[in-house]
Amino acid sequence: MTQPLQPAAIPDPREGRLRRIKALARKETLQTLRDPSSLIVAIVLPMLLLFLYGYGVSFDVTTVRIGLVIENPTPWTDEFKQSLSNTRYFDVRVSPSRQAFLADLAAARLEGIVVISGDFSQRLGRADTAPVQIVTDGSDPNTAALVTGYVQGAWQSWLSQRLLSAGAPPVGLVVPVPRVWFNPELESRRFLVPGSIALILMMIGSLLTALVVSREWERGTIEALLATPASVPEFLISKVVPNFALGCVAMAVSVAFAIFVFDVPLRGSALMLIAVTAAFLLVALSIGLLISTVAHTQFVASQIAMLASFLPGLFFSNFIFEVASMPAPLRAFSLLVPARYFVSALQTVFLAGDIAAVLVPNILILLLMSAAVLALTARNSRMRLD
Amino acid sequence: MKPPLAIVENLTKRFAPAAPPALDALSFTISAAQVTGVVGPDGAGKTTLMRLLAGLLAPSEGHATVCGYDTIKDALGLHHAIGYMPQRFGLYEDLTVLENLTLYADLRGVVGKARDESFERLLAFTDLARFTGRLAGRLSGGMKQKLGLACAMLRSPRLLLLDEPSVGVDPISRRELWRMVNELTADGVGVVWTTAYLDEAENCAEVLVMNNGKLLFQGDPKAMTESIEHRAFLVRGVAGERRTLLTRALARPEIIDGVIQGEAVRLVMAEGAKEPVPSDLMGFSGPLTPSPSPAGGEGSSAAAVERASPSPLAGEGTGVRGPAAAFFPEIAIVPAKPRFEDAFVALLGGQPKRTQAFEVPARPANGGGDAVEATGLTKVFGDFTAADHISFRIKRGEIFGLLGPNGAGKSTTFKMMCGLLRPTAGTAHVDGYDLYSAPAIARGRLGYMAQKFSLYGDLSVQDNLQFFGGVYGLTGARKRDAIGRVIAAFDLEPHLKTQAAELPLGFKQRLALSCAILHNPPVLFLDEPTSGVDPLTRREFWGFINAMTGSGITVMVTTHFMDEAEYCDRVALIYRGKSIAIGTPDELQASVKSAALPAPTLEDAFIALIEAQEQREAA
Repeated sequence: MTQPLQPAAIPDPREGRLRRIKALARKETLQTLRDPSSLIVAIVLPMLLLFLYGYGVSFDVTTVRIGLVIENPTPWTDEFKQSLSNTRYFDVRVSPSRQAFLADLAAARLEGIVVISGDFSQRLGRADTAPVQIVTDGSDPNTAALVTGYVQGAWQSWLSQRLLSAGAPPVGLVVPVPRVWFNPELESRRFLVPGSIALILMMIGSLLTALVVSREWERGTIEALLATPASVPEFLISKVVPNFALGCVAMAVSVAFAIFVFDVPLRGSALMLIAVTAAFLLVALSIGLLISTVAHTQFVASQIAMLASFLPGLFFSNFIFEVASMPAPLRAFSLLVPARYFVSALQTVFLAGDIAAVLVPNILILLLMSAAVLALTARNSRMRLD
Repeated sequence: MKPPLAIVENLTKRFAPAAPPALDALSFTISAAQVTGVVGPDGAGKTTLMRLLAGLLAPSEGHATVCGYDTIKDALGLHHAIGYMPQRFGLYEDLTVLENLTLYADLRGVVGKARDESFERLLAFTDLARFTGRLAGRLSGGMKQKLGLACAMLRSPRLLLLDEPSVGVDPISRRELWRMVNELTADGVGVVWTTAYLDEAENCAEVLVMNNGKLLFQGDPKAMTESIEHRAFLVRGVAGERRTLLTRALARPEIIDGVIQGEAVRLVMAEGAKEPVPSDLMGFSGPLTPSPSPAGGEGSSAAAVERASPSPLAGEGTGVRGPAAAFFPEIAIVPAKPRFEDAFVALLGGQPKRTQAFEVPARPANGGGDAVEATGLTKVFGDFTAADHISFRIKRGEIFGLLGPNGAGKSTTFKMMCGLLRPTAGTAHVDGYDLYSAPAIARGRLGYMAQKFSLYGDLSVQDNLQFFGGVYGLTGARKRDAIGRVIAAFDLEPHLKTQAAELPLGFKQRLALSCAILHNPPVLFLDEPTSGVDPLTRREFWGFINAMTGSGITVMVTTHFMDEAEYCDRVALIYRGKSIAIGTPDELQASVKSAALPAPTLEDAFIALIEAQEQREAA
């Protein structure tokens, strides 16, 4: 009696595939347009973050407050004082004793103290070594190093000026003539902004897809969807396409901000910029999808997305921290961080131009990564609830 | 005989290897062209079964063949053949009605002319044609459910799986849904319908009764109901004391189930037990009421019993005489037509019985006035009047129900009564205190249990009690005493360290009730307390409420659920912001009695009164 019902022929899974993808992608787009939170993530978040990184994070010290101790004033020490205060880098206060500055240095009201000892002019006149002491605040090593560098630079230029004005040609003296390419003023913002764009896009990309899929779990809509003929690849593609567009909007906003607000030059071509962005967005979006296979609430998804995309991006992308100076295991790990390739590619496109030798390998690696992550996602997601 | 649509063999599902299986070796078949009801208490495994049938979960053992497809190996074919509506309807709330339909039409391959026809048919069928541009999230519960059903039916499925389609849906929408489903079965579609509402099971051609993952019964619900023929009785003529009588009755081992039904008490006897007699129900421990006329002679008492026993089954039990009848000259025990719910509770082994007494002292009342008074309560949101001059008074010790379909204004009224919303006009008093001029004192006189219990799921039972005790301003010894009292009253001791989220539903409900009465309020407000809760848990809950009213607590409850309304002494029917009828359940039923409707149920009364109101408004 319980003879099974004869099934109709099993339908061809490919039939209607395009229609289903289109329908799902359309649904996704409508949801995005009606849900302000996605638009905020794509448009407001990049502006906010760029603003923070662009203005908030800088390695440049524009005015260094220096306490200059001149124990025994002479014309030479005056000249040296002039050469310090004539640059835009220093804000100089003078005192005959270093005691006056010690408290200020400790309270960080001064970035450094330069001491010109009492026998400075004497020694200089003897063509002996004339030491200048630089005291800096080691609790902020970055600034300390900068101050030392600046003061040495000022010292060097004063020295050569003095030789020139004395009419003595600098015979036999090796004079280094530094030329910094791509960012001649060594303005840190110029490489920080492209770096932060990479980080922002990493975060936004993974957040967008992780959120939209976990939302379907949270609201229970996935259950109805899974019971339809739609398949895993169709579902995944339909999630990637509209969010890819949204990611591009975020990128466009960031690039416009970089160029027009932060004066970062775009030396490469727009086409190359788009190619690099596309490759990277694919990786970021697929990482979001991979996260959503394990995170079924929006809260957990956003937490994981931050941990898995933002933190490695921050530490291992050469954005702020030099990977080259890390221990070998961390250097090896950094090879797995997609932001690393995008930071390098973006800095190249913005500051150097279309350098194929840098960009093509980066793009290829990113494409390879997204293929791997997507394959892993497809393998991990079944059209079932368990 | 036609082959069955689905064949399930030894189907078992475990979510964790160590845990007891969610489904335990189920074997059954599902036929085409009829509604198969899957009935069981909360947590019985109904949803798990539906997900297995829809191929959304893989069985741990056994297998299911649906429409000829193995649910796992041929999932794609299966998904072409079935329609599935999950519990939350699976709608995209930020998409419009038409966009939702279009999405599912594309996914199911309903295109071109077939789509136009299908849309036209379904929109007419569901009466949603006027709302195609409305966002699904803005639809009422009933409309959402109809849209969910339409999405599941786009490509006339061979089997339609509906998971608890009637939870949170008012009786009018529920009737429409049944009408729609019956049209489908007439076309040969097989429908599986899960529910915790037992009155729905009676509409099914066949039911699968489940409990704890096991199948207890498969077959015609009528056969199941007949199994307790001659075991159901109604005790009438005890209106004022029916709660006490129920408590007494349930203490007897041969009475396995009892509920309040309007002014009567409904009892179900254990198999083989004798027919109940009034003296059994009174007990002889003393009069239930201050003895009215002990002077009643032997003759009058006999007359009362004569009247009381018009039973065709009259046997040796009916000739009882004794002091009991004297206290209740009106008492009458009549056989009742068994309901499916009676049979269901009997099948599950009867109502859980408490062994110890339930003690909740009531706080002395403030003055002698009514416990709750609402006068002309009105709330206007923009140009929408959510509540329109609603007035009622609740006597002390009364259970009062606000009954109405979703969106009728129940919740708005309720929130005004709790002091959570300020009315545009009108006043409300709780235990004599004005909620708006003395809100803090008035709120201190009421206990409130929200629909979703509002417990802290991450906190243990003990911590929840501590927290709510603190919120109500209890400290030191008073707090300790209050907490100790509810722990004893609700048997919470074994669960004190359990996180609230992990508690079984019945205990969650007890805990929520405990938290609401920690400060010993004379008035208790319950918002849809047992909506979607299975009959056993519901009986247990109302057992507590009955006991509390015994100690003088006044209860106001909102509900769209007829069973809950039956427990009320009086109900106000709220519809479109107005109170359209007020009275005891029996009065409301009597008011709609007609030749066409000789014995209206409360649900019939509810629908008839609303329809009458609509006609009045249209006129």
